[in-house]
Amino acid sequence: MLTSAHLKYESQKLAMNYFRVALVLFGAQLLMGLIAAIQFLYPGFLFELFDFNVARMVHINALVVWMLYAMIGSVYYMIPDETGEEAVAIGLGKLAFWVLTAAVTVVVLVYIFIQVGPGNESTIWFINEGREYIEAPRWADIGIVVVVLIFYWNVFATFMKGKKTGIMTVMVADLFALAGLYLCGMFFTDNISMDQYWWWWVIHLWVEATWEVFVGSLAAYGLIKILGAKREIVEMWLWIEVLMLFGSGILGLGHHYFWIGTPEYWWEIGALFSALEPVPLVAMFVHVLYDWGKEQGHCEAGQTGHAVNNTPAMGWIALNAFGNFLGAGIWGFFHTLPQVNIYTHGTQFTAAHGHLAFFGAYATILIGMMYLGVQGSYGIKKMTMTFKSKMAIVLVTFGVLGMTVALTIAGYEQVLVERADLGGGWDAYFVAQELPWMLQAQAWRLVMGLVTFIGFVYLAWDLLTIGAVESAEEKSEAVAAAAA
Amino acid sequence: MSKKSASVWTSIRFWRRSAAWVTGTATVLLIWLTFNTMGQISMGSDEDLAKGIKKRIPAASVINYHIDYVMDDKRGHEVPVIGEKEPFFGKEWSNEEAAALLHHGKLTVQAKNCMDCHTLLGNGAYFAPDLTKAWLDPKWNDGTMTGITGKESKEEAMAEFLMHPSQYPTHARMMPNLGITKDEAIAVVAFLKHMSAIDTNGFPRNFSQNAKRLAGGTHAH
Repeated sequence: MLTSAHLKYESQKLAMNYFRVALVLFGAQLLMGLIAAIQFLYPGFLFELFDFNVARMVHINALVVWMLYAMIGSVYYMIPDETGEEAVAIGLGKLAFWVLTAAVTVVVLVYIFIQVGPGNESTIWFINEGREYIEAPRWADIGIVVVVLIFYWNVFATFMKGKKTGIMTVMVADLFALAGLYLCGMFFTDNISMDQYWWWWVIHLWVEATWEVFVGSLAAYGLIKILGAKREIVEMWLWIEVLMLFGSGILGLGHHYFWIGTPEYWWEIGALFSALEPVPLVAMFVHVLYDWGKEQGHCEAGQTGHAVNNTPAMGWIALNAFGNFLGAGIWGFFHTLPQVNIYTHGTQFTAAHGHLAFFGAYATILIGMMYLGVQGSYGIKKMTMTFKSKMAIVLVTFGVLGMTVALTIAGYEQVLVERADLGGGWDAYFVAQELPWMLQAQAWRLVMGLVTFIGFVYLAWDLLTIGAVESAEEKSEAVAAAAA
Repeated sequence: MSKKSASVWTSIRFWRRSAAWVTGTATVLLIWLTFNTMGQISMGSDEDLAKGIKKRIPAASVINYHIDYVMDDKRGHEVPVIGEKEPFFGKEWSNEEAAALLHHGKLTVQAKNCMDCHTLLGNGAYFAPDLTKAWLDPKWNDGTMTGITGKESKEEAMAEFLMHPSQYPTHARMMPNLGITKDEAIAVVAFLKHMSAIDTNGFPRNFSQNAKRLAGGTHAH
């Protein structure tokens, strides 16, 4: 990850910059998560110094931002491959990268050292907006919009200039929606129901619609790149997935409108469309495994060995197929119907689903893209897993699954005791929080969080070293072959 | 696509068109539903309150009224019921004053990042209790918190707690001192009272069932 020597296009070199920052922010996300997890067990930990709300804010913001970095990086990486062109305004793109990175640094430092402000507009403008996931102060909001416009111009203009593949068509349309939705979260209103209504246009329509389509495009690109899968088949799958993802995801928004003051008709709309949301995830699952099996079959029949030219990337993309279906599909469906959701809304169930879904649906494939980037940067023909790659994939996956199971148990206890039996007041809340089932589950969450973090250390170590090691190996093999 | 496909099911053109139509239809439906919902969740007026007209989100001046949360047999869940006039911090607030107070309260709730510990309308973090119906919580009504803070009314007790939360620990997991001023505290209490009057379709279900069972009456007096 430390070189971009073999990349022909500036756009791909810029992509590597985005990946590097994404990796740093990913680490920050996990550290903040560990602090927050400790605070559940030891409430005095950093009390009135670095409180839960600060740790949690940085935890979730770092998550969103590292994913956006890795997404932008992935797009810059695939543009030249898909269009056959260099990104048109690459100088501006580089400038935007440094501006964004400087801005993110300032925002994080303000979050950590200033934390909260007085109850007036100045705080909203300069410290934080206090709106879960999109806490960035307004000056940063405006900056983000400018940076995203530059990015989008690069994608759109390059697409118009070069080849127009199906994958790029989906990407260009999807990014337009993704960028536009951010504007829905940039205003202040006294009406909390109105506030939440539009907030979900950003959060749900990003995560459960545009991000999912984005992931579909990346999987399609990755399969062509890694397996040499046939473009026609891959793109047909992609259109089917877009149909189902947008068909269920857009109105699936309704499952967030059960209890925020919105009319009751959202019960039916939300229940129906969010019940359909797992369907495209099954399709994505089948798609990845189908192409993998098909190409591998062709190779074996033609006796040309292994179809996969980048096993770490393929490992993470295959994990994405499982993780997306399990985390977003199954764990989401658990509590999506209003009859269940009235008890589970705003409990540890949501946290369990959130952890597995963000990891399974997004983290996995973005890590896969980073491995693709490393392969390209070092010009490696066939990249294989190292011991560190294997440790990373096993420990991170095991850790996140462990956290998910622990939080599911916590949520189960919370629903039974706090919500179903005691009715959800202040005392009911603390009775449920202080029972052994909750405490044990929180302890396991912390342990599994540590496992995840160790896995991350292996991942970062691997991404930083695998390229140099494997390109050296390939060179010495080539020398040996030439000598023989 | 110039090549002729053997079957419509393997035709990229067919799936591309279907994807465009489905996405377009879903988007149009969402926009149409949004217009309807906007009408229903816009804030009511002071006149609505005076005339007893129910709005899903009442005017800010709802802070001048008694609010309860009772089972509605027809709808099958609990709903907010706005009752008689009731002084808030010992006085009746004009429509403008109440609106200004709510504005300041919502700004403070965001500025202090309440949502990254608490949940509001069930959204946020799960480190501290849900605040959706906090105004109606028995903890503020049964004399516990007025007793601990030495205040006469529950709104005064709430404001005092918000200003010095770590002086009044109720559990091992405490609320930190966020530097909330007196004015901000009063405004936040107004925000909480207003939020408790929002019709949340019965969320939280059986709110404070336990208190009702133990005390043998409804929770909100």
